[in-house]
Formats: sequence, structure tokens, C-alpha cells
Amino acid sequence: MADLYTVENLRLSLADMTRKPLLGAAPRLEILKGLSFTIPKGAVVGIVGGSGSGKSTLGRVLVRLLEPSGGRVMFGGVDISHLDEAGLRPLRRRFQMIFQDPMSSLNPRHRVGTIIAEPLRLHGFDDVAGRVARALEHVGLAQGFAGRYPHELSGGQRQRVGIARAIALEPEFILADEIVSGLDVSSQAQVLNLLERLVADLGLTLAFISHDLSVIRRLCQRTIVLSQGVIVEDRVTAELFADPQAAYTRELLDAIPLPDPDQVWA
Amino acid sequence: MRDGKGAVKRRAGVRLWLSAGWLAALVLVAVFAPWIAPKDPLAQDLFLGRLPPFWETGAEPGYLLGTDSLGRDVLSRIIFGARIALGVALVAGTITCVIGAALGLMAGFLRGWVDLVISRFIDIWMAFPPVLFSILLIAVMGPGLTSIIVAIVVIDWTRFARVVRAEAMAQGAMDYVASARVAGRGRWGVMVREILPNVLPTVVVLLTLEMGIAVIVEAILSFVNLSISTDDPTWGGMISEGRAAVYQAWWVLVFPLVALFLTVLAFSQLGEGLKDRFDPVLR
Amino acid sequence: MSFLSVRNLSARVKGGPVLLRRVSLEVAAGEVRGLVGESGAGKSMIGKAVLGILPQSVVVTGGEIWLDGVDLLALPVAERRRRIGATAALIPQDPLTALNPSRRIGGQITDRLVDILGWERGRAERRALELLGEVQIAEPARVLRNYPHELSGGMRQRILIASAFAAEPKLIVADEPTTALDVTVQKQILKLIAGMQARHGTALLFVTHDLGVVSKVCQSLSVLYGGMVVEDATVRDFFAAPRHAYSAALLAATPKYTDPLASLTPVPDAVIAAVQAEVAAFEGNMFGGGNG
Repeated sequence: MADLYTVENLRLSLADMTRKPLLGAAPRLEILKGLSFTIPKGAVVGIVGGSGSGKSTLGRVLVRLLEPSGGRVMFGGVDISHLDEAGLRPLRRRFQMIFQDPMSSLNPRHRVGTIIAEPLRLHGFDDVAGRVARALEHVGLAQGFAGRYPHELSGGQRQRVGIARAIALEPEFILADEIVSGLDVSSQAQVLNLLERLVADLGLTLAFISHDLSVIRRLCQRTIVLSQGVIVEDRVTAELFADPQAAYTRELLDAIPLPDPDQVWA
Repeated sequence: MRDGKGAVKRRAGVRLWLSAGWLAALVLVAVFAPWIAPKDPLAQDLFLGRLPPFWETGAEPGYLLGTDSLGRDVLSRIIFGARIALGVALVAGTITCVIGAALGLMAGFLRGWVDLVISRFIDIWMAFPPVLFSILLIAVMGPGLTSIIVAIVVIDWTRFARVVRAEAMAQGAMDYVASARVAGRGRWGVMVREILPNVLPTVVVLLTLEMGIAVIVEAILSFVNLSISTDDPTWGGMISEGRAAVYQAWWVLVFPLVALFLTVLAFSQLGEGLKDRFDPVLR
Repeated sequence: MSFLSVRNLSARVKGGPVLLRRVSLEVAAGEVRGLVGESGAGKSMIGKAVLGILPQSVVVTGGEIWLDGVDLLALPVAERRRRIGATAALIPQDPLTALNPSRRIGGQITDRLVDILGWERGRAERRALELLGEVQIAEPARVLRNYPHELSGGMRQRILIASAFAAEPKLIVADEPTTALDVTVQKQILKLIAGMQARHGTALLFVTHDLGVVSKVCQSLSVLYGGMVVEDATVRDFFAAPRHAYSAALLAATPKYTDPLASLTPVPDAVIAAVQAEVAAFEGNMFGGGNG
């Protein structure tokens, strides 16, 4: 299987303005400290870690919302690490993102139909209306939703719109950043099932960022565990859960409260 | 929450309609002033000086709100004064708004050196004392409507720039901006298509407030005789003249004051009402 | 008799939708009861009603709240405030906004003791120091002089817990106290709350959306849907076999990494429809059935 993403020694640091001395440059804050991994075509990869692990930053580098300060990100054989907006533009259609908070990621002043159609128009697709209709159908929303505003929808419905917007462009890769963490368990399960089905039907490659190992266990074939900007474990999910190697992975697993009164916490 | 919201909306609705109604009436009056005004606003007749309004004894038919000390019809002067007040509000408000909002939007969304330059410029600009600044300006340019408009624009654009900048910054951090970029939209596209509609309600509220301010500023400058010639009917000028004779002819002071008060109030209330109406989340 | 007894409590937004539908639940002295439900189920409203901190737009339309043998809703407002202040406390959801950013930690813990319970300042400060030790904060004397922004989210939640236990309340309402925290920190905080609760013998009303958390800290639970209690059970009975179809579906939807295929099952539409019908029928009863 060919690799869709090849990431080599990826580094990212930001200026830490809170500790900037009066004169001179602010110290650099290392967020990602040299990550190397690949994402094969068609894979569903989980990226897990606590807050401050750098998992969301990593995701935003993959879709080039952020520019890395070192290393390389190859997408489909092209080095996208330092491409400018114009260079990225033709590639953008091919890697899409679904955001954590569907309320803030859907422009409150646009209707759902416009939200899905805009990216299509930008990339010069024909039959935009038909594609919007099909995208809504794919995510199980009635056509009438096209005329509604985001605030008129429930959390689960908003997240479906986010998914519809991403898949409408027929991308090869989708990055899902904590897309169910704000949802109730009932809609969480629905959205996950939907995503699982779409990935299979459309032959997508998916990177699924989450803090919740239970959700990763359900969805992903491979899991990358991130802690403080470093990959501590990168393995097939079933093996990782059966026999976690890194101390941090074990700590994460132990901390999950299973819905089971017989599980006793050490 | 359905009904709670309804109550808010009803109140906002009344406010919106009352203020819009007053302003619409004022606009009509201003546009058709020559046909509506019962007398020539400049016509003096010393024999008819200080006539009281129609309900008091000694009133003359035809002079509904009485006359000033030179015998000019108060109602007609208020009507023609509305032309100047509204004209200044419209022109000064719009120019201030466009300049300030555009700079604020660019600073807040584009960040970086653009923000640095615009923000420093705003800081420096705001360090000038505004009253002194405007008097200086008028002294250089000479009194007149154009000077007043220029003074308002030059002083007040920072108000728009600062508020819009902060708002654009907040909106810029939202994920819908990130998602527009993922979709392949360039920076200008995001700014116009995604950010602008979301800062527009704020801009509209500021614009209406600014129009109210413009009316007041014009009145103040007329009051201190820095506007157009005293013959021309401005509300500020009338208030100034009325003040001198308030014990003999209170109406010369009170009626233009009421018109001024209602107009400024209407502008601010219109802004508030529009904000509620515009917000799709509140709606 | 239970320490806290909520009987047929109903509440609604003024001129708006109903939030609570004749909710009844009991919390014995020293017991931990979980209040579980999805967003909009009304679980936080119950905690707020008990503490007398309902939003202004919400009115209680019926029922009783007995706290330590007194019906709070029958008391005059000032008397109610005093009683609640002396017997109950809150552990809030968001440790980032629950502390005043411009004041030092120390004052924020001792205020309550000094202002409401009339302690002298020295005694209150000794108590605060002791409590920070109990919630396992290293260098408590230094932390008392810190401002909130100098501390991590986990630390702040510890401080809020210390602050809740400060006046030895008989009842604490914990409103989703770990939702904003990382799972590893959540574990520490939950163990801390459970330990403190057991040591102090405090009754705890634990509001959460997470059945996993309930199974770790609670002895009994009430499952809510649409402002109505659909199931009231002991934790052991509930996790062995939930009785109501909705709560069973909720349990099946809860992620469980040890059983990836059986967990995360969406709540079937039929179950939602059934429980909504139940709520509607109950509402019919509520308003049609005389003084209910």
C-alpha cells in the first residue's frame, strides 16, 4: 500500500510571548519535537494524547493550516511543508478537515447549503446543487436542512454538516479533530458510525484525533500515542490495547473510567 | 426559551419601529423641506418677533411653533435644519464608517505588520485632544459644512477601527475561518466572505451611533459658531440663539432641542434594534 | 429519613419550556448519587435548584426540596440562603472561570468561612492551609498566595474541592467537575473527591453525562430524560441490568475499549421515540391531573 502521508522529523515551535524579555526575541516553545510516521492510503489512523500533547497542532500541520518549522510533510509524493497558499490551493481539495466544535466551524451567517456549496464553487466543481444534495444524503440529513442556519441544528446535526462539507469535495484524506468530544453519547455513536461507513464507502484515508482511547479503539486500525510533542507509541490498535508498551499509554488506559463498577482504580 | 426570546424581540421591535419611524419622517421632511415648510426660514419680520407657539395667547396663525427674535418661523427653521443635520449625519457617518471599518478589518484579520502599522497609527491619532483638533481643523479650513464633516471623520474613524479590529480578531480565531482556508479560500476571500458578514452587525450599530454623534457635533459646532453662517437654519445655531432669550421666548430654545434630542436618541435606538434583528443566533 | 429529599420538583423557563417534570430523588447522609443524562435532560437544573442558584429566567412550579429536615422552598428567601450556605456547597464544572482571576487563592477559600460562618480570619486561614494539604497540593502556603492563572486546571479543581469542603457541609453538589479535564487528571480528581467524601461523610449529588464516571464514584443514580427521572437504581443493579429501555441504550452507547464492538451503539430512534412519548404522556398527567 502506498503512503499518502510521509512525515519526517516534523518540528514546530512558536514564540512564547508570555515569557518574552523586555528586549530581544521571545523564547521558542517546542510543540512538536521531531515526529516521523506514515499514513498509508486507505488507513484509519488514530492520534491520541492529553491536552498539550500537540495532537491538534500535528493535525493542523497535516492540512497545512500551520507551517512546520522543521522536517518534511509529504502528501501524495509532494512536499507540502512550505508551500504557499497559491501552491497549496490545487491540493487543498484533496485533504479536508472536520473540526472539533461544529458551532464555531460553521459560519453562523451562512445557511447549511451555502456552507457545503462554497468550497465546491471555489474549486470549480460543476453541478454544485446536485453535489450538495448528495453530500447531505450521504450524512443522513434531509434536503430541507440546506436552507437552515447552523444555530437551528442540534450538535449531532451540525457535526454531520461538517462531515458533508468535507466529503463533498471528494477528498482523499480527512482529518477529524476531536469531532465527537462535544457531543452526547447517543449522537457520538451515530456520528462515529456514519464516519466509519463513509470511510469504507468512499475509500477515504482518515486521521482521527481524540483524547478518548475508547473511541479510537472502535474506529482505528492503527494508533499513534503522542505525549508532549513526542510519539511514544505507534502500533496496530489491537496490539496497543492488548499490550501497551509505553508507560504513558498504560497511564492513559488505566485512567479511562469504564462503565463498570467492578473495574477498581489503583 | 422560545417565549423569553419572543418578549425580547417584541421590545426590540417597538424600539426599532419607533426610531426608524422618526428618522424616516425626518428624512421626508428634510427632502421635501421647501414644500413642507410653512414660511421661508430666512425671512425676517421684526414686527412678528418672538411670537409664542399656537396654543399660547398672542400667537399668530401660520406660525405654529412661534418665531424667534428676528421674526423667523421656528418650525420652518427646524425643518430646514433637519436637512443640514441629516446631511452631516449621513455623509460624515458613512465616510467615517467605511474608512475606520476597513482599516480595523485589515488590522484585525491580516495581523502581522499590517496590524502593527494601523494599531500604532490609531494609538498616535488618539493621543490628540479631539476638541482642539477639530477647532484647529476648522480654523485652517474655514467654517462650513465640509469642515465639520472632515473634522468628524478625522476624529472618529479610530472608534470604528478599534472596535472592528477587536471583533475581526475574535472572529478570525473561529474554526469557520480555518475551515474556509482548508477549503482553499485565500486571505482576502476569507476576510470579505467569512469575517465581514460577522462584523457587519457591530459596524451597523456603530454607524448609527456615529450618525447620532455627527448630529450632536454639528449642533455643538453651530452652537459655538464654527459651522455655517448664523443665518442658515441649524439646530445648534437655533439653540444658541434661543439660549440668549430663554426667559422671553423659551420656544426658540426648546423646540430645536427636542428635535435634536429625539434624533440622536432615534439613531442610537435604531442601532440597538438593528443589532437584534441582524443576529441570526438571536433571531 | 434522607438527608436530601427532592419531591415532585417541577420547573420551567418563565413562559417557556418545562425543564423538570416532577423529579423525585433521595440522597442519604454520606451517600453519593449520580445524576445522569444527556444535554438538556435537566440534570444540572436539579443541582442548581437544591443550591438555590437557578437562573432568574427559571421558576419552580411545584414540589418540595427537603434538606436536613426542612423544606427549602417553604422558607423565606433570606432564611433559605442562610440554610443552604450553612449545609451545602458546590464543586463547579469549569475550574477556569470559577475562580476570580484578580484575587489570590487564599482569600477565595477563606471568604466563605469568614463572611458566612463568622469565623475569625486566623482560624479560617489555618483551615485553608489544612484543606490544601488534604487535596494533596504541595507547598500549600505558597499556593494560597498565588493567583489562579499561575496554576494548572487540575490544581484549580483541587482548590475548588478544598473550598467546597472548607465549611464541612453535609451536602455537596458536584456539577460535571471533571468534564474540562484530561482523563489522567480526571482520575486523580475523582479519586480525591471520593476519598474526601468518604472521610468527611458528606452526601454528594454528582451531576455527570458519563456513566463510566458514575460507576467509579456513585452508590446510586438517577437517569434523566427530558426533565423526567426515567430510572432510579443502585449503581450495582443498574450496571448489571438497567431497567428502562432508554437507560439501557445510553449504557450501550457509552464507549468501552474493552468491548469495542458492543459499545458505542447508537441509541435507536425507536427508543428515543418511546421515551419522548413517555415524557409527553407524563406532561399530560402533570397539567391535566388536578393539583398533581
